[in-house]
Amino acid sequence: MGIPLVEFNNVSFRYNEQSSWALKNCSFIIEKDEWIAIIGHNGSGKSTIAKLMNGLLFPSEGEILINGVELTHETVWDIRRDIGMVFQNPDNQFVGATVQDDIAFGMENRGMERELMIERIESSLQAVEMTEYRLIEPHRLSGGQKQRIAIAGILAVSPSLLILDEATVMLDPRGRSEIMSTVAELRVAESLSLITITHDLNEVAQADKVIVLNQGEIWKVTEPRQLFTEKVTLKNMGLDIPFITALVDELKKRKIEIENEPLNDKELLEELWTLHLKT
Amino acid sequence: MGGSMAIGQYVPGNSLIHKLDPRTKIIIIFFYVIIVFFANNAASYGLLSAFVIISLINTRIPIRFVLKGLTPVWFLILFTFILHLFVTKEGEVIYQLFTLEIYSGGVKQGLMISLRFGLLIFMTSLLTLTTTPIEITDAIEALLHPLNKVKFPVHELALMMSISLRFIPTLMQETDKISKAQASRGVDFRTGPIKERIKAIVPLLVPLFVSAFKRAEELAMAMESRGYQGGEGRSKLRELRFLVKDYLIFGLFILLTIGLLMIRQ
Amino acid sequence: MDITFKNVSYTYQAGSPFSHQALNDVSFHIPTGSFVAIIGHTGSGKSTLIQHLNGLTIPTEGIVEVGPFTLSKDKKQKDIKSLRSKVGAVFQYPEHQLFEETVAKDIAFGPTNFGVSETEINRRIKEIVPKVGLDAELLERSPFELSGGQMRRVAIAGVLATKPEVFVLDEPTAGLDPRGQKEIMNMFSDIHHSEKVTTILVTHNMEDALKYADHVIIMNKGKVYMEGKPEEVLLKTDELRQVNLDVPESILFLKNYLKKFALQEELSVKSITELADFIKETYKGDYL
Repeated sequence: MGIPLVEFNNVSFRYNEQSSWALKNCSFIIEKDEWIAIIGHNGSGKSTIAKLMNGLLFPSEGEILINGVELTHETVWDIRRDIGMVFQNPDNQFVGATVQDDIAFGMENRGMERELMIERIESSLQAVEMTEYRLIEPHRLSGGQKQRIAIAGILAVSPSLLILDEATVMLDPRGRSEIMSTVAELRVAESLSLITITHDLNEVAQADKVIVLNQGEIWKVTEPRQLFTEKVTLKNMGLDIPFITALVDELKKRKIEIENEPLNDKELLEELWTLHLKT
Repeated sequence: MGGSMAIGQYVPGNSLIHKLDPRTKIIIIFFYVIIVFFANNAASYGLLSAFVIISLINTRIPIRFVLKGLTPVWFLILFTFILHLFVTKEGEVIYQLFTLEIYSGGVKQGLMISLRFGLLIFMTSLLTLTTTPIEITDAIEALLHPLNKVKFPVHELALMMSISLRFIPTLMQETDKISKAQASRGVDFRTGPIKERIKAIVPLLVPLFVSAFKRAEELAMAMESRGYQGGEGRSKLRELRFLVKDYLIFGLFILLTIGLLMIRQ
Repeated sequence: MDITFKNVSYTYQAGSPFSHQALNDVSFHIPTGSFVAIIGHTGSGKSTLIQHLNGLTIPTEGIVEVGPFTLSKDKKQKDIKSLRSKVGAVFQYPEHQLFEETVAKDIAFGPTNFGVSETEINRRIKEIVPKVGLDAELLERSPFELSGGQMRRVAIAGVLATKPEVFVLDEPTAGLDPRGQKEIMNMFSDIHHSEKVTTILVTHNMEDALKYADHVIIMNKGKVYMEGKPEEVLLKTDELRQVNLDVPESILFLKNYLKKFALQEELSVKSITELADFIKETYKGDYL
């Protein structure tokens, strides 16, 4: 493994001397091309982590390295070029008067040539499947569409890391699944590293690794499958248990001996079928 | 003039006037406003009116729509006319009612001034009817560009304008939403004594301000994370370019000005 | 209070080129004490529908009856304020409506407008604040110092304090974390049962509809697409998918299970425990 994409070394953060720690002594490493999910209840510090990665906040203690470069006031603008971030409220990150103006915003900030911008707008609209919306004004778009435009605006400047900071919270289920499938495809197509910050366990299942935060501290870095077995802890932290896990739990209570930890319908049905054949 | 009420009334279209560079439109209107004051006889007013009428026809916007948008201004024009009718005391008395005397000069003066006023209003609304607010912003930014040299924050001003325009529909929705929520909590915005109605605005205004501040804060953060560092070193997607049609219109306007100067008395 | 919609249509900006029909000939009846879930995706007309319940919008055609109140375009509504005192509405992100200097004042705002006495309001606040999971210490704080979740609870307390007979809840848990969602929904469910109110819940969450509602109305393109008992309506997976709606996971699993084990039953289950019981009985194969 080369240089890790993101490295947190004993990072702590608080807004001022009087307030309590929003983040306490966090250390973790994110490798290139990984999909990391960061989960935790509201107020667990998960959005603080995202803002620290992007230099929107700076650690009170500890250090953050992006691609091996320490994030400081001097390096922050260079580092931001490589990190795209989608925020929670679709309305409050749409800068442009129309879709194409919004996608161009990041490129304009980098002083890109106009011809290149036009080209990139077209290709990134294709990537999020919204080519016919190029000239539409934001108030005619749904929340999910606005978020896809936000993603397109990030793709246009081709960063290596995409952070979704609770980007699906304000969307309806359809918008949510559109965003998640768009992101899953793009991750491969554009070789993006991905960090999704969420409290929705369904968005965690596809990730390679999960960082679980509880009250500003890293409670665990693990794999989704492993995490879903820790039902009691998840519940105590105010998080949900996926449906299948809950059902397996109930089945076990009824003395149905399910051995592996199924993650989806198919796996549980297989388990049940095996048991059925044994009898 | 009339700008604030005509903004948002943009009617999409494909006419020559729609497609002109917004700077062309602003420059022409600017000079039109000046030359209107040179008109002093029927022929010169006729020429200027013809210019406005032909332009209006070119936009293919239904004339009724244009007139309807100007409803609040009719009163002003009428008022100007009446004022001149009674104040100007030139020429012969053509009508007398008790002590009130109306002179022929007053009628003439009144007509001319109201026509001048009307022409100015039609001309400016031609701009807002055929140009999107964002194009107007671009044009203003470009036209004010030389002021950069005296440290006037042209880019910031333009950005501020375009973001405000972008958020107008959002804030309208928000106003509707909050007023409905407060109405559900028993606030009555429509009836009752004035004092009560003014008090009823507080539960609407406070949340609107709170939300506007929150939006501004989040927007600033989003812009920063997308690499916004102010106007320096930025390129622009929106590009204004004078085309042949713009030069033709400028030429035509110069001819109009020369013609006007020749036929005025 | 019974709620009846008779051939209700609503058109925004009727007669202008921007006119848009949000409701198209909607009829249904909700008896007193029901818990109704209204489901449909954005633009299906569900938001317009619930705005009729307290007279925020008046139907352009048809009649809405809420208890003794009748709303129609021909009838001038004089006592709309007393209708609104009976129908408590919690809209999406209700924390955006907070404006008073203190939490207590904000909670008192609604009941004061509806003419409830100060002593009664104070009594209600004492009763409601623990119910919504707020600390009584917060009452004298500014609502804008609180966390998002706490602000939501203050806003909800403000609606509870008017003691409505009908609750209209428009996605009351949107944006909350799972624990917050569960707490708020359980609270509404408790109030629904203890106070015998009529509850109308607009939601995208099929699991919530299945768990809490005794009747669901599915809206699509301004019309009632399906209605009935949740455990029956939500079983119609094909029809739901046709209008781009999700199917509750438990029902999806049940369907797959029935298929895999070649069981013929058309069974309805409401909860995970019921589902587990059913699997326990059937998986061994005595049923096959």
